[in-house]
Amino acid sequence: MDINIKVIGEGCEKCDKLYENTIKAVEELSGELSAENLGKCLAAAKVEKVEDLIEIVKLGVMSTPSLMINGEIRLLGQTASTQKIKELIKEYA
Amino acid sequence: MLSFIENAIFRMVWLEQFVERLLSVIGIDVTGRLGASLSFFIYDVIKISLLLCGLIFLISYFQSYFPPERSKKIIGRFRGIRANIIAALLGTVTPFCSCSSIPLFIGFTSAGLPLGVTFSFLISSPMVDLGSLILLSGSFGMRTALAYVFFGLVIAVAGGTMIERLHMERYVESFVRNIKSPDVTGHKLLVKDRLCFARSQMADTFKRVFPYILGGVAIGAFIHNWLPEDIIEGILGNNSPFGVIIAVIVGIPMYADIFGTIPIAEALLYKGASLGTVLSFMMAVTTLSLPSLILLKKVVKPRLLWTFVVICAVGIIAVGYVFNILQPKLNLYY
Repeated sequence: MDINIKVIGEGCEKCDKLYENTIKAVEELSGELSAENLGKCLAAAKVEKVEDLIEIVKLGVMSTPSLMINGEIRLLGQTASTQKIKELIKEYA
Repeated sequence: MLSFIENAIFRMVWLEQFVERLLSVIGIDVTGRLGASLSFFIYDVIKISLLLCGLIFLISYFQSYFPPERSKKIIGRFRGIRANIIAALLGTVTPFCSCSSIPLFIGFTSAGLPLGVTFSFLISSPMVDLGSLILLSGSFGMRTALAYVFFGLVIAVAGGTMIERLHMERYVESFVRNIKSPDVTGHKLLVKDRLCFARSQMADTFKRVFPYILGGVAIGAFIHNWLPEDIIEGILGNNSPFGVIIAVIVGIPMYADIFGTIPIAEALLYKGASLGTVLSFMMAVTTLSLPSLILLKKVVKPRLLWTFVVICAVGIIAVGYVFNILQPKLNLYY
C-alpha cells in the first residue's frame, strides 16, 4: 500500500504551518507505528507541496491551505495540529 | 426591544459614555476638539474590534458549511437568472478575501459555471457579507443595513446577468478555459472542527483587518472633528447633484475592508453627507479596488475587466441616487 499526502496552498503563512505540521505528523507516526504496515509506508512516503495555482484548481480546490490524503480532501481551507493530522492519517492504515 | 439591541449591542452607547468618563477622569476635556477626537477614536476602535471578533467567530462557524468548493457545486445545479441569484446569495456567506478571488474565478470558470454567474458571486462576495449587515445595523440602523444588503444583491445579480448577455467568454484568458477542475467533497466536519475553523478565521481576519480599522477610525475621527460641515455637505450633501458620482470615483481605487470603511462613512454622514452618497462610497471601496483589479487582470482581458468596472460603478451610482430619493420617504436613517 502506498500513501500519498498533498499539502495544498500557494505559500501563505498558514500553508507553511500546515506543511510543517504534516511533516512532523508523518515522522512521528512512522516512528510510533514502525512495526505496522502504515508506519513502513509512511517512512517511505513523501509529503508533496502543491503550490501552483493552476495545479491547485486542477485538484478541484479553491480554499487554502488544504490537505489531501490518497486523493481525498481531508482539510479544506484550514490548518490543523500535528495531533489532528496524525489522526487523519491513521484512518488510512 | 429593537432599539435596545441597536443601542446596547451594535452601537455600544455604554462604551462611548464609559470612554468619555474615563478620559474626563484623567483630565482630558472631551468637549474640546482634541479630546473629542481622542474619545471617538478609542471608543470606535474598541467597539469595532469587539463586534468584529464576536461577529467573525459566529459567522465563520456558519460559513464552515459553505466552503467555495461546495458553493460551486450548489450554484451548478441552477440555470439562468436563478443561478445568478443563488451565486449572489452564496457570495454573502462564503468566506472571502480579495486574495482568494483568483482561485475562485479560475475554479468557477473551469468547472463550467457561466461567466455571468461567476461575476454575480465576485460582486456580492466583497460588497455584502453577514458581518457588514450587522455592523451596518450598528452604525446606520437595521432598516438601512437591510436596504444596503438588498441593493448590493441587486447589483450583483443585474451586473452578472449583463456580463452574461454581452457574451464575453472570449475575453477570459485562454489558460483559464483550458483547465478542468473536478468537484471535491470535504469530509464531514464535527462541531469541534467547525469551532476550530471559526477561531482561526477570527484570528486571521482580525490580524488582516485591524490596520484598516485603525486607519478608517483615524480618518473618521479627523472628519468628525476637524473637517468643516459646510464643505462636506456642499460636496456630498443632498443638494449636490454629483455627490454620489464623486464618492464612487474617489472610492473605487481605494482598498479597504468594509470594517475599516464604516467609520469613515459614519463620520461623513454625521457631517451632512447624504445617506445614499455614503452607502455608494462604501460599496465602491469594498467592491472595486486597484489591488483586486490588478489580480483580476491576470485572468481576464482588459475589455472584460473594464466592462466589469463600468457595470459595477454604474450600478453603485444608481443605488446611491435611489437611496437619496428614498431616504426622506422611508425615514431610513435614525
